[in-house]
Amino acid sequence: MKIHEYQAAALLKQYGVPVPSGIPAFSVEEAVRAAETLGDGPFVVKAQVHSGGRGKAGGVKFATTVEEVREKAGAILGMTLVTKQTGPEGRVVKRLLVNRAVDIRREYYLSLTVDGAAGRVMMIASGEGGTEIEQTAVDAPEKILTVPIDPTLGLMPYQSRDVAARLGLNPAETKQFIRLAAALYRLFIEKDCSLAEINPLAVDASGNLVAADAKINFDDSALFRHPDILELRDLNEEAPREVEASKYDLNYIQLDGNIGCMVNGAGLAMATMDIVQAFGGTPSNFLDVGGGATAEKVAGAFSILLTDPKVEGIFINIFGGIMKCDVIAAGVVEAARKLSVNVPLVVRLEGTNAEAGKRILSESGLAITPADDMADGARKICELTKEARR
Amino acid sequence: MSIFVNKDTKVIVQGMTGAQGTFHAGQMLAYGTNIVAGVTPGKGGAECLGVPVFDTVKQAAEATSANASILYVPPAFAAESILEAADAGIELIVCITEGIPVLDMVRVKQHLKNLPARLIGPNCPGLITPDECKLGIMPGYICRKGRVGVVSRSGTLTYEAVNQLTVANISQSTAVGIGGDPVKGTGFVEVLEAFEADPETLAVVMIGEIGGSGEEEAAEWIREHMRKPVAAFIGGRTAPPGRRMGHAGAIISGGKGTAEGKVKALREAGVTVADTPDRIGEALVEAVRKAGIYQEVLIP
Repeated sequence: MKIHEYQAAALLKQYGVPVPSGIPAFSVEEAVRAAETLGDGPFVVKAQVHSGGRGKAGGVKFATTVEEVREKAGAILGMTLVTKQTGPEGRVVKRLLVNRAVDIRREYYLSLTVDGAAGRVMMIASGEGGTEIEQTAVDAPEKILTVPIDPTLGLMPYQSRDVAARLGLNPAETKQFIRLAAALYRLFIEKDCSLAEINPLAVDASGNLVAADAKINFDDSALFRHPDILELRDLNEEAPREVEASKYDLNYIQLDGNIGCMVNGAGLAMATMDIVQAFGGTPSNFLDVGGGATAEKVAGAFSILLTDPKVEGIFINIFGGIMKCDVIAAGVVEAARKLSVNVPLVVRLEGTNAEAGKRILSESGLAITPADDMADGARKICELTKEARR
Repeated sequence: MSIFVNKDTKVIVQGMTGAQGTFHAGQMLAYGTNIVAGVTPGKGGAECLGVPVFDTVKQAAEATSANASILYVPPAFAAESILEAADAGIELIVCITEGIPVLDMVRVKQHLKNLPARLIGPNCPGLITPDECKLGIMPGYICRKGRVGVVSRSGTLTYEAVNQLTVANISQSTAVGIGGDPVKGTGFVEVLEAFEADPETLAVVMIGEIGGSGEEEAAEWIREHMRKPVAAFIGGRTAPPGRRMGHAGAIISGGKGTAEGKVKALREAGVTVADTPDRIGEALVEAVRKAGIYQEVLIP
């Protein structure tokens, strides 16, 4: 789960990581009041959307006076911000963060994330902060420092001291860095983060370290033990269909194509997208209904596909292990009866209770094209969708 | 032979009295798996499907000399249950549970370094040695006892691969689903090592997917050590560039993790890679024909 920058800043502050003074605002008036409360400028007005690259897209503006804050806030609020991460449709800005501008003298990069291969939390740091950090990782990997952290010991001060030395921090900055890194690690562990990134980590004119921008993501699997974090979720930032899918506990990702796919298991779901493309179609989604799906869950998944106006055909590909094919079939029939199915529907059922499932489908009287295997199903749905277009 | 499990494997089912546990324990018993005990805290002394239930893994292991355990335990308690099994001296632990918090698994992995236990999973379908032992949730009827090892990161794609082998008249030694979580127990390389060392396994099918660097590491190991033919498929070639996790994910992966990169690494290691998921069986047939062992891997 992602949160906004202002929410991340509040969490960092709570754990003792220095952040710029700032106040979130939901309207131009609130932004003006925020600037007045912050006192002396200059200020930075920052669009709050769940995406990087906001500055390049015009969502971050400097303002020297309160009047300028009014002007910039008016320009940013309500604008559609298009970044690499939002896709071409962009994201409408509904929230702002008004910060006192930091007089940045030097910039660093600092983050914590889980390295799956190492099975450990990894601290990553670099003297080359800013937006080009990924390019640095490719062009000059020696400028990226990675430090694996033993989960039983936690982040040790000597590890942070070593990183500080390699970043070239002076003794006063090193002291601050060790405290800051320890606080960040404590936040990461206590709140089950999947990413805690400070970029840039700035040294200001007075020699103080400050987290000038921050991004914090959380492990979805651990949200059950963090009701406080769950409250920070902003449904406006998620595709409506994905929000709907999450109600049924479905693994759904919206894509750009016209063939709806419903599959059990993430690997088979990806493979199904691959084979649909191999036959010339483009998937409208990734949808993994999971292992222990009930008829209700399947019906929910099916209705999400059916109500998507971009969907011109649906391919259901099930290999039942835990999942019983008759349960899937019952769910599909139930949903198809409630909603009108006006697109071609191809179903491939294999595995546990496959025969019973096929019988339920054929006896339902619904217009369903059965498939023998996944290639047969992909070929059929691509052909039927093309025909329906003509 | 086969790897990790066979007819002598004595199994504990943790969480046996729950709905999932009872259902799959029944399926495993029906397949012939030697389940010797169940464990559910607070239900010690009871019986489930004719098998004695204990309060702790330690009690169950002492009473039955079990050497393997399979977990059907909810995500919030699964990590602790893995540790309980490992500390009770269980040699093989299979965790089916999906959705265990990542940091729980980081701690588990650290602790397991000091113990002999092998963990398969989490978030996996388990493993099966046809006609001998099913430890997991795979549909057993699609398997045929024999010669080709299967290792996969994905659950249902494992079934797809096994099914394609059976349809192509190819037999299987052991099929292992290692699970899709970023932090897991056994990885590709360890399973490949076991297949390479197993005299009964003559060839291997490997099913990977985008993300992580496990397939690249496997390719390197295959190039240097593997003498048996390997066929592979990588899922997610057409998946859009994933939801990005800030910059850190990209920095960690250092360019690894794409389907193209994985396919290239595997091909350079001499692996026969299927271009589409319906051709996994064909790819294996091609690989064993090239190695001149086609006749030996057929279903007897």
